[in-house]
Amino acid sequence: MVILIMLQTKEEILNLLTEIHDPEIPVLNIVEMGIVSNILFDENEKKLIVEITPTYSGCPAMKVIEDEIRGLLFSNGYENVEVRKVYTPVWTTDLFTEETKQKLKEYGIAPPEGAAEKNFMIDFSTNPIECPFCRSRNTSLTSYFGSTSCKSLHLCTECRQPFEHFKCI
Amino acid sequence: MTYELEDKLRKNLFEYLIRLGDDKLILGHRLSEWCGHAPILEEDIALANIALDCIGQASALLSLAASVEGKGRSEDDLAYFRNEYQFKNLLLVEHPNIDFAYTITRQFFYEVYALYFYQELMKSRFEPLAGIAAKFINEIRYHLRHAREWMLRLGNGTEESHTKVQTAVDDLWQFTGELFFENELDDILCANKIIFNTTEIKSKWEEIVNLTLKEATLEIPKNEFMQSGGRLGKHSEHLGHLLAEMQIVARSYPGAKW
Repeated sequence: MVILIMLQTKEEILNLLTEIHDPEIPVLNIVEMGIVSNILFDENEKKLIVEITPTYSGCPAMKVIEDEIRGLLFSNGYENVEVRKVYTPVWTTDLFTEETKQKLKEYGIAPPEGAAEKNFMIDFSTNPIECPFCRSRNTSLTSYFGSTSCKSLHLCTECRQPFEHFKCI
Repeated sequence: MTYELEDKLRKNLFEYLIRLGDDKLILGHRLSEWCGHAPILEEDIALANIALDCIGQASALLSLAASVEGKGRSEDDLAYFRNEYQFKNLLLVEHPNIDFAYTITRQFFYEVYALYFYQELMKSRFEPLAGIAAKFINEIRYHLRHAREWMLRLGNGTEESHTKVQTAVDDLWQFTGELFFENELDDILCANKIIFNTTEIKSKWEEIVNLTLKEATLEIPKNEFMQSGGRLGKHSEHLGHLLAEMQIVARSYPGAKW
């Protein structure tokens, strides 16, 4: 097992981890979500360390993700694995690539638009999000809180479709 | 994870992290009591989501506290196996929900403080704490946005909503002084640049609170008497009831996993 760890690179491990998908947003894997922060090898203990970072502090999917990482790596020959929860660097939707955003849109979730808003006095209802179904901007915010912490609820006035938006944070 | 710290500093830092973690844990539990009872569905989801963030933040702070202590305790040991007098949270956060106006006002008073407090903490010389603070800020910002918008909506709403939120503001005002409580523990950590003096945080808190109350056509309370005791483990009768509910499963079945 130890020899295997030495031979495989960080990129290969990351590639392996793309098989794990976010349980709440199955269209995205944990690597493109930015949940996997770093891969480290502890030479002394011959241990593989996977650092993961929560999207939101209270994200209930973290435990499931941790178990899945351990299971997947175990079945690929890694017996000595530590999954470590870290908070730095801070997770943000600014990590999403254009390709990731496109995947979200095709799945029916409006992707985060622009950079994260720093001002807590800003009124979000004046900033309509594009409907992922009919592409109209004639939409309104129903609630800043959706089915998970990372999404807000919107309604499209054009096609009457309620939809979710991956909030900028 | 273990940290190299001088014994006295270790003990003080542990005590301080307990304060911060307890604020989040108790507030999160209070908010979770709304789950299934909020006035509208969207608000039910909002309060439950904020509760979840608070409990997640408590978990980060209490597990850091446990590592700093270095006695093999876990975040769960700290949450479920301490008694009332060992909790160091603010009296404000243990205050019962009463009604929606009280819940929002409590949240608003706390989050304005939290925003400026954790912004300072991002500069902490104790890196794990600075990292956690940076993580929290993004969440605190939208919790505050939510609470502030409701303060405006309730204050500028109907006669009934206005009266209810004014009553909550008047009643909870006596617990806001404790937000800026400081004793020798703070002095030691300040001297080590782990935390920072709250004087500036207090003036920013007053500025945002006054501005928002004015915008919501609410009166700023004039009473100056402030309750305190939470930071020293002296609590209102409400905390015991909350802990009984929060801890009963863990204490009835120690070590149970689910």
